[in-house]
Amino acid sequence: MRWRRYLERKRREEDFAREIESYLTHEIDENVARGMNPDQAFHAAQRKFGNTTYAQEAIRKMSTLQFVESFWQNLRYGLRQLHGNPGFTITAILSLALGIGANTAVFQLLSAIRLRSLPVKNPQELAEVKIAGGNRGWGLNPSWIGEATYPLWEQIRDHQQAFSEIFAWGVEESRLGEAAQTRSIRGLWASGAIFSTLGVTPYRGRLFMEADDRPGCGMSAVVISYGFWQREFGGQDSAIGAKLTIDGRPVTVTGVTPPEFFGLEVGKGFDMAAPTCALGVYGKRLDRRDLWWLGVIGRLKPDWPLPRAAEHLRTISPGLFEAVAPTGYDAGSMHTWYKFRLTAEPAGSGVSRLRREYETSLLLLLGITGLVLLIACANLANLLLARAAAREREMAVRLAIGASRGRLISQGLSESLLLAGVGAVIGAGLAGVLSKSLVWFLSTEREAFQLDLNLDWRVLVFTAAIAMLTCILFGLAPALRSTRTDAASAIKSGGRGSTVDRNRFSFQHLLIVSQITVSLVLVVGALLFVRSFWKLTTLDAGFRQEGIVFTFLDFSPLRVPAERIQPLKEQLLEKVRSIPGIESASTSTHVPLSGSSWTLGIRVPGFEGEGKGWSRFTWVSPRYFSTMEIPVLAGRDFNGRDTATSPKVLLVNQTFVRRIFGTANPIGKAVRSLAEPGYPETVYEIIGVVKDTKYSALREEIQPIAFVPDSQHTSQELWTAIVTRSSVPPANVVAAMRQAIAEGNPQIRMNFEVLRTMVNDRLVRERVLAWLSGFFGGLSALLAMIGLYGVISYTVARRQNEIGIRLALGASRPRVVRLVLGQLAALLLIGISLGTLISVVAARGARTLLFGIEPHDPVTLALSAATLASIAILASLIPAWRASRLDPLAALRQE
Amino acid sequence: MLILKTLLLAPAHGHTIAHVIEKTSDEVLQVEHGSLYPALHRLEDQGLIAAFWGTSENNRKAKYYRITPHGRKHLLNERSRWDSLVEAVTRVLGPATE
Repeated sequence: MRWRRYLERKRREEDFAREIESYLTHEIDENVARGMNPDQAFHAAQRKFGNTTYAQEAIRKMSTLQFVESFWQNLRYGLRQLHGNPGFTITAILSLALGIGANTAVFQLLSAIRLRSLPVKNPQELAEVKIAGGNRGWGLNPSWIGEATYPLWEQIRDHQQAFSEIFAWGVEESRLGEAAQTRSIRGLWASGAIFSTLGVTPYRGRLFMEADDRPGCGMSAVVISYGFWQREFGGQDSAIGAKLTIDGRPVTVTGVTPPEFFGLEVGKGFDMAAPTCALGVYGKRLDRRDLWWLGVIGRLKPDWPLPRAAEHLRTISPGLFEAVAPTGYDAGSMHTWYKFRLTAEPAGSGVSRLRREYETSLLLLLGITGLVLLIACANLANLLLARAAAREREMAVRLAIGASRGRLISQGLSESLLLAGVGAVIGAGLAGVLSKSLVWFLSTEREAFQLDLNLDWRVLVFTAAIAMLTCILFGLAPALRSTRTDAASAIKSGGRGSTVDRNRFSFQHLLIVSQITVSLVLVVGALLFVRSFWKLTTLDAGFRQEGIVFTFLDFSPLRVPAERIQPLKEQLLEKVRSIPGIESASTSTHVPLSGSSWTLGIRVPGFEGEGKGWSRFTWVSPRYFSTMEIPVLAGRDFNGRDTATSPKVLLVNQTFVRRIFGTANPIGKAVRSLAEPGYPETVYEIIGVVKDTKYSALREEIQPIAFVPDSQHTSQELWTAIVTRSSVPPANVVAAMRQAIAEGNPQIRMNFEVLRTMVNDRLVRERVLAWLSGFFGGLSALLAMIGLYGVISYTVARRQNEIGIRLALGASRPRVVRLVLGQLAALLLIGISLGTLISVVAARGARTLLFGIEPHDPVTLALSAATLASIAILASLIPAWRASRLDPLAALRQE
Repeated sequence: MLILKTLLLAPAHGHTIAHVIEKTSDEVLQVEHGSLYPALHRLEDQGLIAAFWGTSENNRKAKYYRITPHGRKHLLNERSRWDSLVEAVTRVLGPATE
């Protein structure tokens, strides 16, 4: 009823107006009939009727919905206010949108890698079996998933009682297609129970089961992922039963996994999955007791909580490790082996290298973007406050004529809600773009991240919460403030007080100080990360990274006896050296800075003790040091006379010498390497010392490295890497190498690694942090500048009168500038000292992400403070200058 | 209730209603005629009376109100409630003594 009346209210009002008229005419008629003259009759009629406006109001009130009416009114009012001030509006909405957008984007990413559960049945029941504290690099670790060897997995499977179902899994690249047309696909190798444990049901066809995973099953059937199915088969049902060639073997597709199942690695996905038994055809992988390539995940039995399962695994560990102890290792290594203990950890949200690597960085980014939003809010609060003060008189008048305080506050609030709403909508749109570019930023050529970045309810709630919080934060304060004024005094003072009311300004001062503080923290952060990144990219690794290309050669498809490999390597090396543009070439078993490592235990008679028992080992051919441009500091380089039959020799780096010999002369000393499978105990003589180089990563400390001539390699490996230096673009080198090596040996598999690109790719996290913190640091400084400018010019406007008097009394113009700046200086000082304090504390928390720079680096702190101070002074110089140009007469006359 | 009672006899417009109430109560109930209208509108909202535009006896346009069946019932109910209320109050007060 009320709604209908509300919708018809226009017509009603006209209707009523006519009704009144009708009454009056009737009354006048009667009065005239009684003998009054028309004028008297009219007045009498009006008297009789009483207050027409009152009746009209009463009727109108009946047909309004108070809240709807006032809502629209507020909205219209807000829009009008914002429209009248486009500069303010654009600044406000843009900074809000950026703040909200950035927050949502980072949160989206964080939620994708951290909060979201595996898309499987009851993920909270899943637990991962791990070695407590990790295996500490024991044996061979081909990938970052390395919780179990295959024999160890069999032991766990057969002896555990905590899990109703359990499976092991590993990932391995495979080659899809025939001969020259092959490309790499991601294979998921898992024991038979994987799909039943996870509760994943086939999307098409059938998935493999426990019964399919039997020893010697052969590589004949695979399951493919939904993505692979769409890509390769266009989502056709005919894919089931189709033939693929994987690693040169024909296999049949038996099933497709559901679209939401991405495997177990967050952000990675997989192309095909096969039972682990199929790996039997690839060689002895399943028997190796020192190859850590599996992860183990199980579903806990209902009455087995995680701690109980962990305890159970710990108790059964000694027996398990005893049963599958590898042979060929020295006693020290075995001691470590027997001390391994298993434990259980939650696995419900999948396992992820992404999470390990980026979680801290993303949390940090979230913190940074949160601070940016805070600054944006403070900024807006300041601007709104300044505007509210300017409208003080209007408010006072409205209060005086009877507007309720609640009404005025709701009006102020609706204005800021409008801003927050528009900001949030634009921000949400921006977030989609930002998070996608962030993923793109994090992805490198070789590793594309596949994250489900659909805007989900968590992100929405998060955005909405930020918007609401923002609104209340910067809307309520000015709204409350502007209505608290004493109406009479505000009107009297003409909205332009001659002196400054202390109380009013303390809140604004607080905002300014906090803005400076937070900006300083962000600027310090930005400088720290940018400088860390700069230091990393310009770091001297001990060799020149530019122009180096590594070419991996896999000789296994040749199927030639191992003893033919060495001559083949030398022949290929000669061929490569004759390629125009290639300045130098040699072989190496290790790509520096790639994250991989090879370590052997060593003993040096007479030099034993803490930290002296191991060294990194690399096997290289002669001319390796000239190719890498690593200077040989003492002794001699390898040459053609160092062969398999000549005395075994070593070149060691400076750190090796310092660590083991101290100041003693190492040349001629004997070093004994400890036994490992394929690497029997050997005694080497040190023949020279080379300059220190970084080994597996730029961030690490220099490690002891020993170089052995490739010809004296004890293990007959079927692969090698050729390292080349050239000054032509890497792409040309790759093409020329491919052609030269394929000529005559087309079966050899090749893989290329451009050193500089690889190093850059591995600095993704640092680069992203440097870029983003730099961007946000700059943004916050800009926002602070805008805020300061607004407040200072407002203050100057308020004090126009006072300044006018001062000028009239003979104050010099520079004095006026000093007066304005003096006020700022105090705020600046407080803000900067507070900010410095907080930065030092905050940076300490981010220490692990820094490189070559202390969290309390004084240069960075001083530079940030100076930057912010100059920005602040710049921002207030204009209003200060304007104040000093004031015409005292004009200023005083305005009163 | 007074309005409903007035309209019980015949549809009327605002001016008439005001005068009828004034006269029938022997001018005891003197109201500003203007304040009658909000009451009329409220009754119309409640569906107790209905309104239509017509021409008055002296050829003027006027908005007429008539009582609806629902209004009739409402008046009856109110009437009996009023009577019992008056009766109760009278009984409590007792015979008027000076």
